[in-house]
Amino acid sequence: MSSDLYREIILDHYKNPRNYGKLERPDLTSRESNPLCGDIVEIQMALDGNKIGAIRFNGEGCAISRAATSMLVEYIEGKPLEEVKEIDKAVILEMLGVGEIGPSRIKCALLGLKVLKMAAYAHLGAKLSEEELREY
Amino acid sequence: MFHLHKVKTVLKTHSLDTAAIRKDFPILSRKVQGKPLVYLDNAATSQKPEEVVQAIQSYYRSYNANVHRGIHDLSEEATAAYESAREKIGSFINSKRREENIFLRNATEGINLIANTWGKKNISKGDHILLTIMEHHSNIVPWQLLAKENGATLKFVDIDDEGKLMLDQAEEMIDEGPRLLCITQMSNVLGTINPVKELIARAHDHGVTVLIDGAQSVPHIPVDLQDLDSDFFVFSGHKMLGPTGVGVVHGKRELLEEMPPFLTGGNMIKEVHMTEARWSDLPWKFEAGTPDIGGAIGLATAVEYLSSLGMKNVCALEKELTKYAMDRLIDIPGIHIYGPRDLENRCGIIAFNIDGIHAHDVSTLLNQDGVAIRAGHHCAMPLMERLKIPASVRASFYIYNTQKEIDVLVESLINAKRIFGS
Ligand SMILES: Cc1ncc(COP(=O)(O)O)c(C=O)c1O
Repeated sequence: MSSDLYREIILDHYKNPRNYGKLERPDLTSRESNPLCGDIVEIQMALDGNKIGAIRFNGEGCAISRAATSMLVEYIEGKPLEEVKEIDKAVILEMLGVGEIGPSRIKCALLGLKVLKMAAYAHLGAKLSEEELREY
Repeated sequence: MFHLHKVKTVLKTHSLDTAAIRKDFPILSRKVQGKPLVYLDNAATSQKPEEVVQAIQSYYRSYNANVHRGIHDLSEEATAAYESAREKIGSFINSKRREENIFLRNATEGINLIANTWGKKNISKGDHILLTIMEHHSNIVPWQLLAKENGATLKFVDIDDEGKLMLDQAEEMIDEGPRLLCITQMSNVLGTINPVKELIARAHDHGVTVLIDGAQSVPHIPVDLQDLDSDFFVFSGHKMLGPTGVGVVHGKRELLEEMPPFLTGGNMIKEVHMTEARWSDLPWKFEAGTPDIGGAIGLATAVEYLSSLGMKNVCALEKELTKYAMDRLIDIPGIHIYGPRDLENRCGIIAFNIDGIHAHDVSTLLNQDGVAIRAGHHCAMPLMERLKIPASVRASFYIYNTQKEIDVLVESLINAKRIFGS
C-alpha cells in the first residue's frame, strides 16, 4: 500500500467531513459496524420524491472509512435513490483516487457504501447481491 | 488521563543477549514494505525460534504416528514425545501433577471447556460469576452464554484511572460470594499484572472457585501454579514461541475428576459399549480425538527455550524495553497511554492513541515503515467502553525486540503525526 493513500483530499474529508451529523426527520436510516476494527457508520436520508433530498452520516472511524463515506454522501445528495445501485467498489476507489487498497483496509473504504445500500435497498425492495455481501 | 511523568522504577538486571536471541528467529531478518521488519504485535502471537520449527518438522519427518494407539515403534516414540511434552510444560508452570495439564487448541477452548463442564454442573439459578472489566472476550462470552442458560448473572470488578484493578472493590465483591471468579493474570491491553495470588487466597477463604486466564502472563512472567493455587488456569502456546493450535487448561485433579467430559469420542474412553462408555483417566478424558501432537512437541521445545533464558530474565528484559518505550512515547505530543505507569505492576504491552489520528490509520502508516503493531479493540470491547475509546494502538514486546526498534516505532509515529498535521 503506497503512502499516497493519505493524500490531501482524503485527509481533508477526514478532518472536515461533508454532510456529517443527523437529520431531524429521516425517511431512511441504516447503521453498520466493521467487526474487525469497530468502525461504525450511520447514514440518514430524507427523500424528495424519488430523489435523495438530504443525506447525513455519523459514526466512528478511521480516515479511510470517514473520507470514503463523506465523499460518497456528498456525491449522492440530490440524485435519484435508484442511482445507489450503480455505485460499486471501483467508483469508491476512483473517488478516493487510489488504485487498490489492501484486503484489511478495503472494508473500511466500503463500509459507508454498504450502509448506503442497506438503507436504499430496503426502500427500493432490492437486496444486496452475493457479490456485494462478500465484498463489504 | 494520566500525568505525563517519566517512569520511575528500579529495573532488575538480566543477562540476556538480544543480538544472539534474534539469530534464533529467522523471520526477523525479513523485510516488510522494503524495510526491516519491526515486530511489535507479540501480544497477538509471538514469532517462533528455529528450534521450535525444527522440533515440529522432526516429528513429521521421522516419527509421525498417532498417540496412545499403535503398538509399533513410531507410535511409541510419538506417544513418549507427546507425554514428555506434557511433563515439560507442566513443570514450566510448576503444576503439581502431570495429569492436571490438558492439551487443547488454545486458551479460548480451555475456558469453553470449563464453562461447559464445571460451569454447567456447578453454576445455577441465582448464582453469580465475578469477572473484571479488563477481560478478553474469550473470558467473557462463554460466561455470558452459561449465565443465560443457567439463570446466573455476571458482575465486573472495575479499574481505576491508571488501569489497575480496584482491589478494594475486588475484595468486597469476592466477599459477596460469587460461585466463580474469572480473572486475567495480565491484561492484553493495559499490560496490568493483577495480584492473582492474593485474590485467589481471598476467594478460597470464601469458598469461591477461581479461573485464571494466563494467556498473556505465562509467556512473559514466571508462573508457579502451586504457589498461586488456582483452581483452573488456561494459556495458549502460540503467544510463547510455540505453534498455533495448542494450548493448555490446567485444573486441580479433584475438580477435573468430578467434571463430565467436554468433547467426546475416541481417545477419551476406556470402554465403549452400545449404549454407554467409561471415560479415560485424566488428562485423556478431556482430550477427545487425535490431538495436535506436533503442536505439543513444538510447545515443549518453546518452554525449554524460555527456561534456558530464564523467565526472570525474560521479564526483566521486557521491563527494560517497556521503560525505554514509555519514556520515549510520553514525549510525543498528543499521545494518550493507557495502563499503569509503574513497572512493578505491568509488563511489555503499551496501548495508546494519538490525538487526531485513528488507530487504524496509525497502523497503516507504521506498516509502511515495516512496523507491525495491532490496532482495534483487542478483543476487549467492554474495556474499550470503560476507557471511552473506540479503538487503540497496541505495541507489545518480546525477548527479541530492541531499543533501536522502539526508536523506529517512535520515528514512525512522529511521521504519522506530520502526515495528519496533528
Ligand atoms: C488475555 C487473553 N486471554 C485470552 C486470549 C485468547 O487466546 P487464544 O486466541 O489463543 O485462545 C488472549 C489472546 O488473544 C488474551 O490476550
